[in-house]
Amino acid sequence: MDIMNVNPTRMQMTKLKKQLVTAKRGHKMLKDKRDELMRQFIELVQENRRLREKVEKELEICSGHFVNASAVMSKKSLDSSLMASKQQTGVDIGSKNIMSVDVPVFSAVSESPEKGDIFPYGFAFTSFELDDAVSSLNELMPDLIRLAEIEKSCELMAAEIERTRRRVNSLEHVMIPRYEATIKYIAMKLEENDRSSRTRLMKVKDMLLEKAHHYSQKK
Amino acid sequence: MAKSIAIIGDGESVKGFGAVGMDMFICDDPLSSPQLLKQITENDYYAIIYMTEEVFEASAREREKHAEKPVPAIIPIPGVRGNTGVGIRRLSRFVEQAVGSDILFKN
Repeated sequence: MDIMNVNPTRMQMTKLKKQLVTAKRGHKMLKDKRDELMRQFIELVQENRRLREKVEKELEICSGHFVNASAVMSKKSLDSSLMASKQQTGVDIGSKNIMSVDVPVFSAVSESPEKGDIFPYGFAFTSFELDDAVSSLNELMPDLIRLAEIEKSCELMAAEIERTRRRVNSLEHVMIPRYEATIKYIAMKLEENDRSSRTRLMKVKDMLLEKAHHYSQKK
Repeated sequence: MAKSIAIIGDGESVKGFGAVGMDMFICDDPLSSPQLLKQITENDYYAIIYMTEEVFEASAREREKHAEKPVPAIIPIPGVRGNTGVGIRRLSRFVEQAVGSDILFKN
């Protein structure tokens, strides 16, 4: 493991030790965040899948109704029947925070002049297949909006999980080992300095004693 | 804050959605869809944009710009030509992105 380019001093080592503690705490927290995000994500994805399958099936039925309607009505009259819609559907956007990911919450707001009157045409010149098509599509609206909400949440959460996973991995496999290696390197360097200065002192002491008492000549 | 819902797709697929109150944008040529998507996302008027699968596939690069934002949600739906599985494939890509490998959809 490569070590950081630092001066091997005691002060630097204390600083690095503090950073290592922070890195370890951050790593633990990010790991917890990743696990919880993952749990919620899996739940959401499963719901998303169920809803998508349902919506796709219903939409297929709706298109079938429209095809039937276009078979019995002329294209012109079909288009003109659907041209001016009576209701305007919109969504109120809220926001929900799932483990620091801001996901949107959509609630449908629909404005129509009369409640329950969804058909933008008179019944006299249109076929009943068209009524079926429009009403089934109208019933599907809440599911479609919910699908949009969940799918967007999944998209945002998947990106956040990926980011968090990268952070966890970089802390676990790069940052923390590097800190540990650097601290070990500084500790060893300091010990080495310590030993070398001790031997030097012992040597100097020997030399001084030799000078003062001339042990070697007395033997 | 209320925003509207838009749908982009070929004329056949989207005409019904106009009747239930969505704003329709007819795009019969998938190649022109990125331009259209850019136009309708410019002023942040729409919260949800549904796209039929062909159009959805064709405008991948333009969609990327909105991937990180909470709105608009750009959602693929099958058109009259049937379901090509774009939606489920997209979900499985999310799982792959998050988990590292697709553990839910590979059966």
